Amino acid sequence: MTAYIIRRLIYAIPILIGVNLITFVLFFVVNAPDDMARMHLGEKRVTEEAIQTWKQEHGYDRPLLYNPDASGLGRFTETIFFEKSIRLFVFDFGSSDNGRDIGYDISQRMWPSLAIAIPVLLVGLSFNISYALFIVFFRATYVDIGSVVLLVAMMSISGLFYIIGGQFLLGKLFHLVPISGYDTGVEAWKFLILPVIVGVIGGIGAGTRWYRTLFLEEISKDYVRTARAKGLSERRVLFRHVLQNALIPILTGVVVVLPLLFMGSLISESFFGIPGLGSYTIDAINSQDFAIVRSMVFLGAVLYIVGLILTDISYTLVDPRVRLQP
Amino acid sequence: MSSDVLLEVTGLTTLLGDTVRPVRVVDGIDLEIRRGETFVLLGESGCGKSMTALSLMRLLPPSGRVAAGAVRLDGTDLLRLTEAEMRQVRGGRMAMIFQEPQTSLNPVMSAGDQIAEAVRVHEGGSRDRTPARVVELMRAVGIPDPARRVDEYPHQLSGGMKQRIMIAMALAGDPQLLIADEPTTALDVTIQAQVLRLLKDLQAKTGMAVLLITHDLGVVAETADRLAVMYAGQILETATTDAFFAAPAHPYSRKLMESLPGADKRSARLAVIPGRVPHLDQAFVGCRFAERCYAVMPRCRDQAPVWRDLETGQGVRCHLWGQAGGQPEGLTRGVADAVAAPETALEGASDPEAAAASMLQVRDLKVHFPIHDGVFRRVVGQVRAVDGLTFDLTPGRTLALVGESGCGKTTAGKGILQLTTPTGGSIRYRGDELVGLGHRRMRLFRKDLQIIFQDPYAAMNPRMLVGDLIGEGLQALGIERSRAGRMRRVAELLDLVGMDSDAVDRYPHEFSGGQRQRICIARALAVEPKLIVCDEPTSALDVSVQAQILNLLKDLQDRLGLAYLFITHDISVVAYLAHEVAVMYLGRVVERGRVDEILDDPHHPYTRALLSAVPVIDRDKRRSVIRLEGDMPSPSNPPSGCYFHPRCPDAVAACALSYPEETHLSTTRLVHCLRV
Ligand SMILES: Nc1ncnc2c1ncn2[C@@H]1O[C@H](COP(=O)(O)OP(=O)(O)OP(=O)(O)O)[C@@H](O)[C@H]1O
Ligand code: SF4
Ligand code: SF4
Ligand SMILES: [Mg+2]
Repeated sequence: MTAYIIRRLIYAIPILIGVNLITFVLFFVVNAPDDMARMHLGEKRVTEEAIQTWKQEHGYDRPLLYNPDASGLGRFTETIFFEKSIRLFVFDFGSSDNGRDIGYDISQRMWPSLAIAIPVLLVGLSFNISYALFIVFFRATYVDIGSVVLLVAMMSISGLFYIIGGQFLLGKLFHLVPISGYDTGVEAWKFLILPVIVGVIGGIGAGTRWYRTLFLEEISKDYVRTARAKGLSERRVLFRHVLQNALIPILTGVVVVLPLLFMGSLISESFFGIPGLGSYTIDAINSQDFAIVRSMVFLGAVLYIVGLILTDISYTLVDPRVRLQP
Repeated sequence: MSSDVLLEVTGLTTLLGDTVRPVRVVDGIDLEIRRGETFVLLGESGCGKSMTALSLMRLLPPSGRVAAGAVRLDGTDLLRLTEAEMRQVRGGRMAMIFQEPQTSLNPVMSAGDQIAEAVRVHEGGSRDRTPARVVELMRAVGIPDPARRVDEYPHQLSGGMKQRIMIAMALAGDPQLLIADEPTTALDVTIQAQVLRLLKDLQAKTGMAVLLITHDLGVVAETADRLAVMYAGQILETATTDAFFAAPAHPYSRKLMESLPGADKRSARLAVIPGRVPHLDQAFVGCRFAERCYAVMPRCRDQAPVWRDLETGQGVRCHLWGQAGGQPEGLTRGVADAVAAPETALEGASDPEAAAASMLQVRDLKVHFPIHDGVFRRVVGQVRAVDGLTFDLTPGRTLALVGESGCGKTTAGKGILQLTTPTGGSIRYRGDELVGLGHRRMRLFRKDLQIIFQDPYAAMNPRMLVGDLIGEGLQALGIERSRAGRMRRVAELLDLVGMDSDAVDRYPHEFSGGQRQRICIARALAVEPKLIVCDEPTSALDVSVQAQILNLLKDLQDRLGLAYLFITHDISVVAYLAHEVAVMYLGRVVERGRVDEILDDPHHPYTRALLSAVPVIDRDKRRSVIRLEGDMPSPSNPPSGCYFHPRCPDAVAACALSYPEETHLSTTRLVHCLRV
């Protein structure tokens, strides 16, 4: 197992370098450093000197990927890409283009993100599993057919609709909760409850439908027939045998997204005005802040790789057949 | 309780699918199973055996329903019970085990827990006794070291062990009737012998009746008291086992028996049943077997035969038997047909004298697969799938490579054709070394060396027309470049394997299993090979279809002088087709020789055990089964000395020291054993 984890971490390095490179290239194809400087300095009427100073101050005065003036390895290390990327590997994110410490921002902003993402995950998971089991218990009846129609309809509706609909209904019509905003401390729950409800409802369509498929696939397997042949009740067949086997893909599907919960939700946070990492990223994209975008993309990639490793480990815990091949 | 009939089934009819065009998978079945007996339901694939069993248990798939009939177990009509009452019967008075032990156990639940669950449902008694009862049941089904095995998961158990766990579960409720649906079909013969023995012993101990479903006539002969032959959802014949094997009454039963390969039929063609099983979604007017019956009469087509009880105690559904107990009208015709004239020409060509010099020489062939471990996945071990295989093959002859699953047969076949790269040894085809040839140079030999696989469907691209499938090789190897020439050749090939030339414009799924295998053979023949590796070409087929393929292979060998490397685990096929036999165990050949030498007088203890486990119909030819302990060890870590010594009944101390050298018993025969 340890050997396996070490190997996976070694594999992760080239992947992260690649991710960085792609973000870097995409970003600078759209904006040259000169454009960035102009934008930060206030668009028009900027002197060439001011641009150069800005670039120097923010470390954008080197060539992008390859430095023909340097010698030896320096041709690759004395570049914007190398200098801006290498420190990411020790999680030193540096400062944003408008001078704030990105590491500090992240550590502050991840809490609101988690405060929404964790309840959405837990409530959504329990609701979706229960609903799917309920459907499967009444499979091939009108309960099943009606539910599938409902789920497909829910899936087809845009997430924005749930957000706006929720804000309108609970916020505007009934005045139960504020429409958007955020507060620190205990008062925060008032602002969190609507995004959580919307998040759960938005996930029901796809989630329950997937779980229903997993359960139905499991229920037609041979060992379920064996369980019935023993004389077990349908309830026990469903809860002991089918659920236990179907939980394997469900759990591992959850584990893979666990680390990504930190990243928050891009759209929902922006709409509800939650100062989490999701809205942080959106704002950075809007203001063309390469330092933040690059940091968030890197963080996302790292967390995703961690998620994959955790998934493999969780497999060995829940499925006796799986042993990690080092 | 007084009657000796335990289960009485009358007019059972089961439908599958929608109400518009339902499939009558079981169509008016009558059965009687007596207390304590073994009753066999015999029939080919798709005839409705499993659906009958599932109807009895009321475990039909969602689209299935019992439309009519009664199932009385000891007087209770099971079809009238509520679902809750039926649950008491399932796993209680009536238990069932299934064909595929691999998939029939819950993979994430320990073996002990799965048995315990069955114990708890059916024993009202105290829960503290459950663990003790589980161990007791596991001991009863012959699982060694049960206290340790309770915590093991299905994937840690071999196929035979899994089937024992299934049986232990079924025994938990002390059933009066055990339904076993092909319980040994997925197992090796030596393991099959163990499981069948176990069922017999348990039956003697508990007095339960067994309804055994099988397609294997050998198994029937060795286990059944009485049997019923099923065809297209109906029962065509019932009989005691002795009466049945002495003189099967129904034309279908007779043909089944004649289509079985075996040593005594070597010089003859096997009987085939032409055509295929009719679809069950139609309304039948006459006899369901009429399209395929050799004795068909005009009245068979417009009048369904009724059930008749014969004097012999047999019951049969056929117009040949005019009056109850009367003489069959067309019997003589049937018999005359059965004793087909032996085809002397066949033997002539495969005569050893006629054999030319050896065409394929395999010397010490090894195929090892590396096992990786550690951070950098270094090679830490080898799976020795084939570990020193030596033989010669001459044109026009068949060498059978025999052994149980996992012994390396298929790998050997692939290694010889360079489909997997051999680790060592030498393969000379007509003097040219094949080992180490690159892909491109090997292509020169691809034309001569072809392979046919076990599963004819998986071996074909389902989206290609049959004509293109067969012509593919011609084009790829540049033999026939013009399209017209190719199509002509394809038509010839289809004719050669006995199929209509209109098959070219159809897709593989439109054909039956036997026809698909013919298409595969035609494809292999397209490039005019000299040698064909046949990897279990008939093991997925029913006997009557298997007979067609075996006949075809024999004909082709005769006409074209082909050499076959025939990989199989079926001894009766070996007896029928092979000239030489090599018996493999754990990647090595333990005994090799002419087919008569090996089958009539095996010398190696493993060969003897293997042959003794094969069920045979003829009582006089039965050998007492030599029981092998345990399962085949892993080829990654073979035992020291003679690989067979941990399981060998004749082993002595010296056997564990070094692998026995070959002992030549005659010019054609060699054995690897210290004690011959
Ligand atoms: N789930 C299903 N839906 C539709 N048809 C089915 C289904 N299962 C089986 N059948 C059909 O029912 C018929 C009888 O099937 P059954 O499984 O009883 O055959 P069998 O005699 O047990 O064959 P085998 O020896 O291959 O196990 C076949 O024609 C088969 O194709
Ligand atoms: S009834 Fe006629 S067709 Fe059917 S099996 Fe008998 S002889 Fe053959
Ligand atoms: S060498 Fe010994 S262990 Fe091996 S088969 Fe012969 S007697 Fe048995
Ligand atoms: Mg079946």
